[in-house]
Amino acid sequence: MHSSTIFLFHNYVVFLKPLNLKKQVCYRSKIIWINMNRIIEARFLAPDIKLFKIEAPKIALKRKAGQFIILRVHPDGERIPLTIADSDTKDGTITIIVQGVGKTTKQLNTLEAGEYIQDLVGPLGKASDIEFYGTAVSIGGGVGTAIAYPTAKALKEAGNKVISIIGGRTKELVLLEDEMKAVCDEVYPTTDDGSYGFHGFVTQKLQELINEGIKIDLVLAIGPIPMMSAVAEVTRPYGIKTIVSLNPIMIDGTGMCGGCRAIVDDKTVFVCVDGPEFDAHKVNFNILTKRNRMYLLQEKISYEHFCKLDKMVKETVSN
Amino acid sequence: MAEITPKERMAIKRHHMLEQDADVRNKNFSEVNLGYTVELAKEEALRCIQCKKPLCIGGCPVSINIPAFIKKIEEGDFKSAAAILKKDNALPAVCGRVCPQEEQCEKVCTVGKKNAPVAIGYLERFAADWERENLGIQLAEKKPNSGKKVAIVGGGPAGLSCAGDLIQMGHDVTVFEALHDIGGVLIYGIPEFRLPKAIVRAEVEGLKKMGVEFRTNSVIGLTDTIDELLEEYDAIFIGVGAGLPYFLNVPGEQLNGVYSSNEYLTRVNLMKAYDFPRSDTPMFNIEGKQVAVFGGGNTAMDAVRTSLRLGAKRAMILYRRTEAEMPARIEEIKHAKEEGVEFMLLVGPIEFKGTDDGWLRSVVIQKMELGEPDASGRRRPVPIEDAIEEIPIEVAVIAIGNGSNPIISKTTPDLNVNKWGNILVDENSMKSSKKGVFAGGDIVTGGATVILAMGAGRKAAKAIDEYVRNKETW
Ligand SMILES: Cc1cc2nc3c(=O)[nH]c(=O)nc-3n(C[C@H](O)[C@H](O)[C@H](O)COP(=O)(O)OP(=O)(O)OC[C@H]3O[C@@H](n4cnc5c(N)ncnc54)[C@H](O)[C@@H]3O)c2cc1C
Ligand SMILES: Cc1cc2nc3c(=O)[nH]c(=O)nc-3n(C[C@H](O)[C@H](O)[C@H](O)COP(=O)(O)OP(=O)(O)OC[C@H]3O[C@@H](n4cnc5c(N)ncnc54)[C@H](O)[C@@H]3O)c2cc1C
Ligand code: SF4
Ligand code: FES
Repeated sequence: MHSSTIFLFHNYVVFLKPLNLKKQVCYRSKIIWINMNRIIEARFLAPDIKLFKIEAPKIALKRKAGQFIILRVHPDGERIPLTIADSDTKDGTITIIVQGVGKTTKQLNTLEAGEYIQDLVGPLGKASDIEFYGTAVSIGGGVGTAIAYPTAKALKEAGNKVISIIGGRTKELVLLEDEMKAVCDEVYPTTDDGSYGFHGFVTQKLQELINEGIKIDLVLAIGPIPMMSAVAEVTRPYGIKTIVSLNPIMIDGTGMCGGCRAIVDDKTVFVCVDGPEFDAHKVNFNILTKRNRMYLLQEKISYEHFCKLDKMVKETVSN
Repeated sequence: MAEITPKERMAIKRHHMLEQDADVRNKNFSEVNLGYTVELAKEEALRCIQCKKPLCIGGCPVSINIPAFIKKIEEGDFKSAAAILKKDNALPAVCGRVCPQEEQCEKVCTVGKKNAPVAIGYLERFAADWERENLGIQLAEKKPNSGKKVAIVGGGPAGLSCAGDLIQMGHDVTVFEALHDIGGVLIYGIPEFRLPKAIVRAEVEGLKKMGVEFRTNSVIGLTDTIDELLEEYDAIFIGVGAGLPYFLNVPGEQLNGVYSSNEYLTRVNLMKAYDFPRSDTPMFNIEGKQVAVFGGGNTAMDAVRTSLRLGAKRAMILYRRTEAEMPARIEEIKHAKEEGVEFMLLVGPIEFKGTDDGWLRSVVIQKMELGEPDASGRRRPVPIEDAIEEIPIEVAVIAIGNGSNPIISKTTPDLNVNKWGNILVDENSMKSSKKGVFAGGDIVTGGATVILAMGAGRKAAKAIDEYVRNKETW
């Protein structure tokens, strides 16, 4: 089933589908280049969480674990950052896994195989520091698991023993369990409601592992800010090196705007070029949380605007 | 036309350009200046006395033959006027709008010694606009294909003018641009009300028609490195601008509502946040808010005037020196004042204060007075003891300049840069320390002007042409 959507664009009502068939964007003097950014595969992994394989041969070749891309869905679209979850150099594709949380991600998640992404730039950010640590625990919360996956895989390839904790509110939000199993030594799903795996938060599972006396040399924690800061507090007393991937609001992703700034070790960093991964024990999560709320009101307006148009289309289609 | 004596010419009063009324334009994003009519342009052209030794040419960073193009306007031959401009200036419609003429050609104009100087900038703008509107962008002739390939990194004025010359010289030219649109500061920084994007787009279209290839969404250093480009291209020109915003480094700068001017202007211009929610990128709701912009350059004026247009209740410039030291174009300062911008001079920020949940509420400022002259001969601002004031604001924009972005230098170790990260080049050939790599514009000079960036791009094009044809040693 193809879902269709429209939006207003300079007084025109534009159908998203034709618009994303690249060629038809031509009426606007937009710089178009070789046939790229085609979606090869698109499927939902869980409600509102969709995996895309996109043709981007150069990025596929270049990218390293921990790096991300920035994309736009249409010519008036916002630039949003998404982690490169995986890549395939043979067929020249990258994989991204997107959680629909607002206007742009939800609109992106209406796209299907065969359509195009308007703009795609990368690989951005610093790659993860991959080396032999010994035993590493990768913790992913929700879509954070998709962001942790490439780094967990790289850590395994570097000879580490990798234990993966995959957290979700409920069973269907436990992502990439099979993929993680393929690249990790141990995998522990956890759910807040106990519907699957360990009943409790990822931090509780981590504490359990520590209590069992397992010597942990590195923790990688990626997910919602409260989760990352909670993990940092669990590992701090033990002095376990802990890495988190920060997700501030970004625009250019090249260090030009300073909008993505965060405070790490009491200093200002630009997450898009100095990160996104940082030492969890030095990150000021409080400021990051506040800064990510900057556009709450506008995000709501944008989303409602989108829903209104989406509903209009659905009604037109069903009539 | 009856002969007119130099004395009579000099007696004519300078013609002002038509512009939108201040209290209309401060609510819209359309261009403030409306340009000369044909009649006004011809009248203004009459004011030029066609000096034997035209000082204006010496004042122009790219030595445009100013009296010659003005003569053509006087004669009504606008096409030739535009052609003369184009010989030395790849982007006259842009420069006519944004050059600091009062510091360059008009500063030294002979007529200016007695009367107001000839309005060279307005005339430049007129001729270029006339051509674009009546004849479309004129494509120059191309030399036969040389079989050489040149990569241009950065689609700002330096890169575009270098590309324009090289394509005419017969080379294959590809421009790599990090953002999704071409134009550099001309599209993401300078607002629509000062430089309509359509003008930049028309120039880019012209280059495309000439055969220049544009690759947007390519961050050189990451998507491809300079070394990788060198495997495929005979030479490279780096014109990546000054793209690393400075902050004030005072407490509270991470509060919500504090922006770098780059972010503020990029959101509004490149991402069209003024058209939200039709365009997706949000902007902090400025309506009814109090906005303080720190700085005294063109960027500061652009940001503060943008704030008014977004509905700010109070829009202020806070600058540490006095108006005389402001680097902004005089016209921008004048326009800002007419539109209702408040100027607070001789003040420096000490701290931003906010609510517990992180929203900016005020700035604490230190008042200054002018002390002894410093090394540059300007009187240094010194703090007045206990003269501290707290001003309520919800939005602050830091417009105190840009450093150089390290993405390229970090990934190209054999490219020599100075301690500020500016690429070191030979002044005449724009050659860098790395064979086959040339550079120019803000990445070499630090934040400067459009005309200097353009001039550097063209200088480099000449040297690149020689280099790729003769394969000379470095
Ligand atoms: C380096 C990096 C990598 C990322 N990788 C992924 C990924 O692989 N998969 C994925 O689904 N998401 C990822 N994100 C988050 C993603 O960019 C945001 O979810 C997206 O920008 C939201 O845009 P929107 O228009 O859909 O929602 P908006 O309407 O902008 O926001 C909706 C909600 O999301 C929150 N939000 C807004 N911006 C962000 C943000 N940058 N990060 C987190 N929450 C945000 C808002 O507070 C709001 O509650 C990443 C972010 C960064 C910085
Ligand atoms: C708000 C503002 C107002 C101004 N007003 C005036 C004015 O009125 N008059 C005037 O003369 N000057 C003005 N200036 C200064 C003038 O705009 C600059 O001096 C000029 O644009 C410099 O040109 P450039 O080509 O060197 O760099 P830029 O215009 O900065 O262009 C550089 C381009 O390179 C791209 N880039 C950067 N890194 C990479 C990379 N790694 N790979 C690929 N591409 C990359 C950037 O995205 C950008 O598009 C203003 C500047 C600002 C910010
Ligand atoms: S200096 Fe002034 S009057 Fe003399 S040629 Fe130049 S523009 Fe004309
Ligand atoms: S996103 Fe602009 S500097 Fe990081």
